[in-house]
Formats: sequence, structure tokens, C-alpha cells
Amino acid sequence: MGLNEKPLSTLHEKASYDLGDFEVPTGREEAWRFTPLSRLKGLHSGKAEAVGHVRVDVDAAPEVTVETVGRDDARVGKSFMPTDRVSAQAWNSFEKATVITVPREAVTSKATVLTLTGEPAGNGGAAYGHIVVKVEPLAEAVVVLDHRGSAVYADNIEFVVGEGASLKVVSLQDWADDAVHVSHHHAQLAKDSTFRSFVVTLGGDLVRLSPSVTYTAPGGDADMSGVYFVDAGQHLEHRLLVDHSQPNCKSNVDYRGALQGEAAHAVWIGDVIIRVEAEGTDTYELNRNLILTDGARADSVPNLEILTGEVAGAGHASASGRLDDEHIFYLQARGIPHDEARRLVVRGFLGQLIEKIEIDEIRERVLGALEAELSR
Amino acid sequence: MSTLEIRDLQVAVEDKEILRGVNLTVKSGQTHAIMGPNGSGKSTLAYAIAGHPKYTITGGQVLLDGVDLLELSVDERARAGLFLAMQYPVEVPGVSVSNFLRSAVTAVRGEAPKLREFAKDLKGGMDALSIDPAFAQRNLNEGFSGGEKKRHEILQMELLKPKIAVLDETDSGLDVDALRVVSEGINRFRSSGETGVLLITHYTRILRYVTPDHVHVFAGGRIVEEGGPELAEKLEAEGYEQYTKASA
Ligand SMILES: Nc1ncnc2c1ncn2[C@@H]1O[C@H](COP(=O)(O)OP(=O)(O)O)[C@@H](O)[C@H]1O
Ligand SMILES: [Mg+2]
Repeated sequence: MGLNEKPLSTLHEKASYDLGDFEVPTGREEAWRFTPLSRLKGLHSGKAEAVGHVRVDVDAAPEVTVETVGRDDARVGKSFMPTDRVSAQAWNSFEKATVITVPREAVTSKATVLTLTGEPAGNGGAAYGHIVVKVEPLAEAVVVLDHRGSAVYADNIEFVVGEGASLKVVSLQDWADDAVHVSHHHAQLAKDSTFRSFVVTLGGDLVRLSPSVTYTAPGGDADMSGVYFVDAGQHLEHRLLVDHSQPNCKSNVDYRGALQGEAAHAVWIGDVIIRVEAEGTDTYELNRNLILTDGARADSVPNLEILTGEVAGAGHASASGRLDDEHIFYLQARGIPHDEARRLVVRGFLGQLIEKIEIDEIRERVLGALEAELSR
Repeated sequence: MSTLEIRDLQVAVEDKEILRGVNLTVKSGQTHAIMGPNGSGKSTLAYAIAGHPKYTITGGQVLLDGVDLLELSVDERARAGLFLAMQYPVEVPGVSVSNFLRSAVTAVRGEAPKLREFAKDLKGGMDALSIDPAFAQRNLNEGFSGGEKKRHEILQMELLKPKIAVLDETDSGLDVDALRVVSEGINRFRSSGETGVLLITHYTRILRYVTPDHVHVFAGGRIVEEGGPELAEKLEAEGYEQYTKASA
């Protein structure tokens, strides 16, 4: 470990609701070194005034309740504390939070879809948001977050999964080309609960999404998948943190991305901590990037810190590479034109993961968006 | 009636000269066997004709019915009627056999086959080669045994119906049963009389099932002897030693 490297377990330990506890990042910090701060439009420096607007429309399953509440609502901010400057900024700046509650033992009959639409204020002002999805014990729900339009937006989302409950989340970042989005997804898993997250990031100038998972009791099971497609000039960053602090919990992370075009930049950080008390942990994290053209870059950093002697399984893998010429040759040798061969391979690479999206409509939309990206 | 004409073909790999002037003409209805020791350049010949980017053409021509294949891209060559069954078919993750075959058939025919018709052809082709229909849903060549890969190469050939098929050591690594199944596939394919076959092999074994009209001995990057099926018998008895010595 180098002089400037701290153990993972200390990197995330600073947590506070107070903006003043976080210095404005300079880009030299471990947590910010990959992010082009100049393109954050002031979200990190306090200079992004909250004069923009992101509209939240909810198409809810009949079994759930949807409320718009003020900052002082007791359910808001219970499951997490901000651990970086932008998260703290969002926490301190939002005015209304959306609280989705899935009542005890309810099994939702359809997905609850939150559409977040950026409405440019013309002055490029920022917007801040907060969402709480609370799944009470033994309930089961599917939630879709659909981000569209143009915005400079920072938010925190809490997924509070109760005992024996199950939550499936699809978060689609389908922003317009100029959007800037910094988001934290905090999932808190109670005893024997299940959390499935599927992140799809396609649009935006800069998207930095930090999904984290904590466990409050044994038996929690988190599965987090992600797909991203990075075009010329885009910076799409995903920073995962799974903090195993309870025995006998599971986590599985599988993020895959394709990159094409000049200055297309993907960043993937996968931090997994298995603390002393987290015996019997079973975890695996994987990131793969397919680089389709020159000028695109993928940074992929898996970190696994094991502080206990008793794990059921712990592994990680990261691979970034070019399209394999031999694959393309084989398909072309069967008459398939180069561009279509490339499409088949990329679709295959990401498609295996996309097939995991259980909501037909969303899966078809993601596949459609992928086709559109590939035929650019 | 088609003709593949290889004229004085010279090929280098990474600046190393491998093929040193190959001349060969294959017509539909004919089966030519190319036999030679390991490292003599047989695969180089096959890949160079198909257009693999690793191989640099330093001289000569390859004409298919008068069209210079060397001027065409890899996929154009395939659509012009050339097929290469590879010695080591690659595994392509995420691309299913059926999806791949449908794309290939569509590209080669210039139009998408009717779904039902395609399903029937595929099923029939797989049955004939004793391929489990479940393979249609598997990823292309992924986790296939050597023999399963080779059967799929022949399946592709039968579905794509090329004018000229180059088979690069399709027999290697097959047990006797698989060899028979694969040979029957090749014989079905050539029974129409409308296609030509260039069968590259190290061993005479397959030639007992697929009888060639012409046998060419390959050594040191060129054809060093030619004859009829009896030449294969001679090789069986005497091996390649005399040729490797001569070409060294
Ligand atoms: N990628 C490569 N780089 C360097 N030499 C190669 C490469 N591929 C083939 N060769 C050389 O070319 C010669 C012919 O190989 P190949 O065509 O595979 O022979 P065969 O198929 O008859 O066994 C061999 O000497 C081999 O070492
Ligand atoms: Mg060979």
C-alpha cells in the first residue's frame, strides 16, 4: 500500500449531513480523481444555484402510497448519511422529497414508474432531489426510475428494504446530451431481504452514479447489474460500494459497458468491504468494457477488502478490451457485413445482461436504445 | 458452373514469407485434397483466400468466376460464394447459433429467409449432422467440443451453399463416428455437382470417406507434387519426409 493509499474501509467512513464537513473537491482526492470537475456545472462547489427544475411524475402500482413531503418528514434521511460533497449538497438543497411506501406484505401488481424530467430553466440552473422507497417487511415491489430531458441534477435516493422484503429497481439514465447528473443510490437491507438493481446509463454529458449497499442484519442479498454505452465526449461514471458489516449476506455486481468515439470515458469503481463481523459473506464483482474505437477510454478499478477470516466466497474481475478481430473475422467470413458483425458482438456482450431486465417494456426500450447507439 | 483459380499466390505473415507461389484451379463438381505436414502453409492458404487481416498478399491472384477475390472484403468474398470451414472456429460469446445463422443466411442470400422455412432447414441440417437441437440457442461455439465445432462448420456450409468450400483440417480431432457424420455432410454438399471442394488435411483418414479427384502435396509454402487419389495412398505409406527434405 502506497503512502497516499488508505484502506478502503476508511475511505468511506466520513459521513455527515453537514455540507461544511466536506471540502470542495479539487480533483486530487481518490473519490474525485476520475471526474472532470469543470463539467459538473458547480454541483461540487456550491456554485450551482437551485433554480433549475426536475419534474417527478409517478405512475404507481395501486398497492403503494406516493407522497410528496417536506425536508422535516421523519422518513427522510433515515437510512443513510452523505459521504461526499455533492451528496451533502443535494441533501442540503432539496425542497420536496418523494416517498414511496410499499405496505407490509403487499405484492405490487405492476411496476411503479418514476419519471424524472429535466426542464431546462434557460439559465442552466441546477436542481436537487430526494427520493425514499420504503418496502415494508415481506412486501415485494418493482420500481423504475426513468431520467430524461436536460438538467444539472444532484440527488440522493434511499431504498429501504424491510425484513424478508424484495425490491427490484431499474434506473435508466436516458438524459439529453447536455445533462449533468450526480446521484447516490443507498440501499439498506434488513434481515433476509433481497435487492435487485439494474442501472442503464446512456445519455448525458456527465453522469456519476454511486450505488451503495449496507446491511442491518444477516441474510440480505444484493444483486446489482449495470449497462452503459458511452459516446464521444461523454463521461459516464459508476462507483459501487457494498459494505458487508453483517454475517451471511450476499452481493453480486456485474457492470458492462461499450465505448465509442473520441473522448468517450467510462469509469467504474467497485468497492467491496467485508468487515470483521461479516462472516459467511458471499460476494463477487465484475466489470467488463468493450472499446469499439480509438480515443475512448475505460478506467476500471475493483477493490476488495477482506477483514474477516471466514468468507463463503469473495472475488472480483475486471477486463477492458477491444472488439476481438477474430470474432469479427469469423462472422464476416459467413457473409455478415462488418458493421452488422460488430453490432451482433456488442449486442451479445451487453445483451446477456440486458436479458436480466424482467420488465418487457423497459428491456425492449433498452435494446432499442442500444441498436440506435450502435447504428450511429 | 464455378471456378476458383489461384494464380502464383504469395503470402507473408508478419514479414515472413509463407506461401511461395501457389497455383491451383478448383471447378464445381471437383474435390481437391491438399495434404502436407504441419507448418507447410495450408492454413495460411485457406485464410489468405478468405481474407484474414493477419495475412499479407505479396503477389498473385485468386479469382472466383473471374472476379478477383483479393479485391473484396471478407464478407464480400463469402457473399461471392466462398466458404472457409476453419481449423479452429472461435467462440463468440453472446451470439446464439440460430441468430448467427439467420444473419449469415440473410447476408448471403441477400434477403431474410422465411422464418418457418429457416427453422425447418436448420432443424433438418442439425438432424443430419446429429447435432442436438438445443445447440441453436447456445452461444456460437462457446463450450463446444472440438467435434461439435467441426459439425457446426459443416452445418453452416450446408445452409450457406457456397460455390467453393475450403475445408481446413475439418477432420482433425474427430473420433471415427464424428468423422463419418462430417464426411457424410461433405458428400451431401458435393453431391449436387454444383460446388467445388478444397479439402485441406494432414491425414489420409478422411479421404477414405470423401474421395478426392485430385491430390496436391503441400510443402514449404507451395505445391510440390500432384496426382490422383493414388497419391494419397503413397503418402499414407511413405509420409511427408521426402517432401520436407526437398523443400528445406
Ligand atoms: N501469426 C503468425 N505469426 C508468425 N508465423 C506464423 C503465424 N501464423 C502462421 N505462421 C507460420 O506460418 C507457417 C505456416 O503455418 P500454417 O499455415 O498454419 O501451416 P499448416 O496449416 O500447414 O500447419 C508456419 O511456419 C507458422 O509458424
Ligand atoms: Mg493448419
